Amino acid sequence: MRYVARRMGLFVLTLWAALTVNFLIPRLMPGDEATAVLSRMKGVNPAALHALQVEFGVNTDQNIVVTYLQYLGNCLTGQFGLTAARVPVMTDILDKLPWTLGLVGVTTVIAFAIGTMVGVVSAWRRGGRLDSILPPLLFIVSTLPVFFVALVLLYVFAVTLGWLPLASNYGLGSTPSLSLAFTWDVIVHAILPAATLIIVTAGSWIYTMRNNMVTTLAEDYVRMARAKGLPGWRIMIDYAARNAILPNLTGFAMQLGYVLGGSILVEYTFSYPGLGYLFYTGTTDHDLPLQSALFLVYTLAILICVLIADFASALLDPRTRDA
Amino acid sequence: MTTPAISPGASALIEGPAQRGPSASRRFAQAILRNRKATAGILILAVISFVAAFPGLFTNINPHAAIYDQQVGPSAQHLLGTTQVGEDVFSQLIWGTRLTLLITVVVSLAATVISILIGVTAAYVGGMADRSLSLLTDVFLVLPTLPLLIVLTAYLPSGSLTITAVMIATSWAFAARQLRAQGLSLRTRDFLEAAKVRGERSSYIIIVEILPNMISLLVASFLGLAVFVVGFAAGLQFLGLGNSTELTWGTMLYYSQQNGALEAGNAVWMLAPGAAVAVLGTGFALLNYAFDEIGNPALRPVRRRRVKPSA
Repeated sequence: MRYVARRMGLFVLTLWAALTVNFLIPRLMPGDEATAVLSRMKGVNPAALHALQVEFGVNTDQNIVVTYLQYLGNCLTGQFGLTAARVPVMTDILDKLPWTLGLVGVTTVIAFAIGTMVGVVSAWRRGGRLDSILPPLLFIVSTLPVFFVALVLLYVFAVTLGWLPLASNYGLGSTPSLSLAFTWDVIVHAILPAATLIIVTAGSWIYTMRNNMVTTLAEDYVRMARAKGLPGWRIMIDYAARNAILPNLTGFAMQLGYVLGGSILVEYTFSYPGLGYLFYTGTTDHDLPLQSALFLVYTLAILICVLIADFASALLDPRTRDA
Repeated sequence: MTTPAISPGASALIEGPAQRGPSASRRFAQAILRNRKATAGILILAVISFVAAFPGLFTNINPHAAIYDQQVGPSAQHLLGTTQVGEDVFSQLIWGTRLTLLITVVVSLAATVISILIGVTAAYVGGMADRSLSLLTDVFLVLPTLPLLIVLTAYLPSGSLTITAVMIATSWAFAARQLRAQGLSLRTRDFLEAAKVRGERSSYIIIVEILPNMISLLVASFLGLAVFVVGFAAGLQFLGLGNSTELTWGTMLYYSQQNGALEAGNAVWMLAPGAAVAVLGTGFALLNYAFDEIGNPALRPVRRRRVKPSA
């Protein structure tokens, strides 16, 4: 219970830190510079500019503590103001959220499953054919820059071979519906972005899982299980893999931060209209409210996953519960 | 006693009291040379460093001279073709090496230093300071780096200095946590007790007694950071968040993307700097992988197949 409480503490603290960073950055800049940034925003009329100046604490004589509390309250109730295009930020975000959630969620699960399984088997058959090829190869591949993998896939499969679409989340002619044709269209458009994310993340899962397994297989309880004459697959899964997977669960959240960051680059390269692409357009439009809100969304996503990973490792490993 | 959660690779990197002198370093050099991955990594980095130091030896074309045919593919005169305004891509690639490598090394070194300051201090001082520094590390570990960078670079003046500073500030946390774990396991060693009894100052103990014993983990942290930073810096510049007037592989990628090089049939312009980034990253990664194997004998490849225990 203390463990859970401590992790909740980290959750609240990090969220607060992210909120405060968002609040402070525009205020730490000299006032005229803030105005300059604000005025670079697309199509802002004087009245809207004044509203933004109030929002960012420029040219106002309001007490900073009062503004800060107001800001925290607004964030907690999901009021992030308007984007440069005068649409509520939340509407824009909720509109794009499913695409990123689908892309990142599915690829993370696939990469974790592939990576963990290959890692377990290659450590079990140490020095075998699978072990000497896949882990080193995929480790090197996983260190390639995300966008480079994306560009190569785009070049080979979309530009040169023309097998898969160049960009976007579904074809221009399609209208969103639950029909089979539309679902297929969405899947075809998602293949390259998803493949990129899987290629760059599976390797590190394999690497850590294999190394954890190698260490675990040398433990006395594994030798004990062998002495008892248990079948090989039971030792591999119930004795070794179950313990070796624990560090991977904790690494899960950290990996997710990397995947989310990578998904921004992937969505940009493939013009996939999810949150990452929205983030990118926010930088070109100097759309500050949108960017701040998106930063919070990404932080919150990671924090939730950290919590889930914590609960999962508490379930699997009794030792963490009273640590 | 607390059992710090360190990766199996890191735990094997703990050494006894610092072994100095030629024998230890020669043994280490031999281990590096005997490891094929390490040799390949060192070779890659040596070649890239050489190009960064003496770009003039490889090309006599000015990378900023927009005087050639525009958007043409590779030819004998222009090995990698030209850009949309008629600059030589090969020359840009060669001259862009310097700043790319410089940013990577500076960020990785500085982040390693910060992780030492925070991680090792937390482990050595302990108590309340440790708890607050660990919490700080955890918060930085969780904050999503790229989104934070995008938000920060939106307000700060664009340029390599901004990217460098912001990347340093956001990438130290993981190494700090590893160093803290390592530091905790060193804290109760006899030679540290001896130093304390001698009445040495904390700063002396940390710098002279603890750090030399962490040297392999420090190198591993640096290499791991470098792998990350190479791709990350290029990714930022690719998004257009760098200073697009400075010549790096990342800004080359930015321009080629902006001008639709892939679709315009001038793919080399985009793939060449991308491949260069990938090769540099691979160089650091190979060295890092080899380092894990040297530091942790359990992970070394086994030459012959083991006899199956069940058979």
